[in-house]
Amino acid sequence: MKRQIPMLITFFVGALIIVSEFIPHKPFGNLSTSLGGWFLIISGFAIILGQLSLFKVNIIKISRKAPNWPYFIIALVSFSIMVTCGILWGTQKQPGLIPISDKMLNFFGYKPFDYIFKYMFENLSATMFSLLAFFMASASYRAFRARNAESTLLLVAAVFVMLGRTTIGSTLTCWIPESLGFLHLPNIASFIMKYPNTAGQRAIMICAGFGVIGSSLRIILGIERSYLGGK
Amino acid sequence: MRVYILLVILIFFSFALCAQDISFTASDNPNDDGGAILLEWTVPLSFPEMIITRSIDKENYIEIARVTPLLKTYIDDENIEDGQEYFYMLSVPKMNGETLQSFSASATAKAQWFNTDKISLLIMTILLGSAILYFILSARRGKRLYIRKISGLDTIEEAVGRATEMGKPLLFVPGISDLDDMQTIAGLNILGHLAEKVAQYDSTIYVPVCRSMVLSTAKEIVKESYLRAGRPDAFNPDSVFYLTDDQFGYVAGVDGIILREKPAANFYLGAFYAESLILAETGFESGAIQIAGTAMPTQIPFFVAACDYTLIGEELFAASAYLSNEPNQLGSLKGQDVGKAIIILTLLVGVVLEMFGIHFLKDFLATH
Repeated sequence: MKRQIPMLITFFVGALIIVSEFIPHKPFGNLSTSLGGWFLIISGFAIILGQLSLFKVNIIKISRKAPNWPYFIIALVSFSIMVTCGILWGTQKQPGLIPISDKMLNFFGYKPFDYIFKYMFENLSATMFSLLAFFMASASYRAFRARNAESTLLLVAAVFVMLGRTTIGSTLTCWIPESLGFLHLPNIASFIMKYPNTAGQRAIMICAGFGVIGSSLRIILGIERSYLGGK
Repeated sequence: MRVYILLVILIFFSFALCAQDISFTASDNPNDDGGAILLEWTVPLSFPEMIITRSIDKENYIEIARVTPLLKTYIDDENIEDGQEYFYMLSVPKMNGETLQSFSASATAKAQWFNTDKISLLIMTILLGSAILYFILSARRGKRLYIRKISGLDTIEEAVGRATEMGKPLLFVPGISDLDDMQTIAGLNILGHLAEKVAQYDSTIYVPVCRSMVLSTAKEIVKESYLRAGRPDAFNPDSVFYLTDDQFGYVAGVDGIILREKPAANFYLGAFYAESLILAETGFESGAIQIAGTAMPTQIPFFVAACDYTLIGEELFAASAYLSNEPNQLGSLKGQDVGKAIIILTLLVGVVLEMFGIHFLKDFLATH
């Protein structure tokens, strides 16, 4: 029963969504949007579970004095400060429980939540994102090593695209006459990106689309039960 | 005198030419749930901005929009009731505010029971659904189906064994999307199989998640897997935990786990964006076996460069069926292959038809 009821609900809702895709008439037409709204409501409640999990895991690590345990205290303190600021004074768009004093507003220039978000959180996020540039360099170094025919082809294509996308690319091939314009590095780069690259990406997307349809059908028909803990 | 006659003839012909171009129609907006009327017009491009007015009694007209001749269509969906006839007037104003010309039309809005723009989608759905069902039934009847090997999935047991021997944990990252993304569900389906192996080998698995809904689902899946493996006592509910909803905050958290715990194997299976390479490169530097899978075309190259095995696109969705080895599920994979064959055939036929200047197939697929 514990599995059959969720499977029945899945079948009913899944079938309804498929049918509603082809019926614009009410109530089918906006069914997908309505269910999306329901999903958001459930997600809102689930956030509490996530926050409880965050607290529990960090408190356990602190109480057990796990390696680097002071950092877990920082995580909890940061979390508490953000929640407190958000509830008490609100955000730029959302009022809080108590009005913010002019003195505080003049001092920070923003509401405390927005101030921390703008001057701490955004910078930390940008720092993590910027790491990508270095990781990209190290990954490219490994990926572009000419070990076999395929990786050599990848290397050659990458060199053409990288050169073609920079000013040096057009400078290097500017002497080639217009009649042989297709040999200009920017044109070669555009060709690679427009045809082989797009074709490959579309192939992946089409197959992924089939994968999604296949998986959805398996779930709707109750053949795939892993998500319910079944085999 | 001749000049005047010529001028009159010229004006006459230009009016005649204009008159041929002018039309104004109103009709029910197709393929919607009612409440909208489609207005279409063809007027000379030299016409100034025009005014559309609406009435329900042909007397009291109210202005609803100002349009240009270039626009050609307007959908009126403001307070339109189904079944009520609406009268429209398209007026071309003069500079002094008077009306130079006006055209009228009327229509009634109604809801449709079938979206004719989606005929091709319906055909494809029926074809693919039938193929999948046929192969599922064939597999049930005992027909042996060949499914090619997927190295990344065959390595799962090896990775769990390696982690057990090394006394190190495994890390499973289900991506950063919520449960409304099929890739996350596909990743979680694989987690069920992986967690069962982890339970059998008495190893440890960490599942940091980015979404609260994924947290509850992943926790249930891992718990059930331990139960299925006959080791419910070994399940640690804190092994599945929430980090943050923020993309880069999540990356920082997972990278921290990789560097502190040094997992023997990392699994990145789900929907990934810019964080894919940061995670995979950190994992690579820690020396772990890495198995990744996503259907995001832009992230696949990063995983290919930094991971030992990558499930590309559909392989991620096929993984659970492949691992279960159940005839029913394998049958559905075979059905997908038929779908691919149909698409390849359609593409080839489409290319050939386009080369001969026949646009029927392209137009049908694009508009239906």
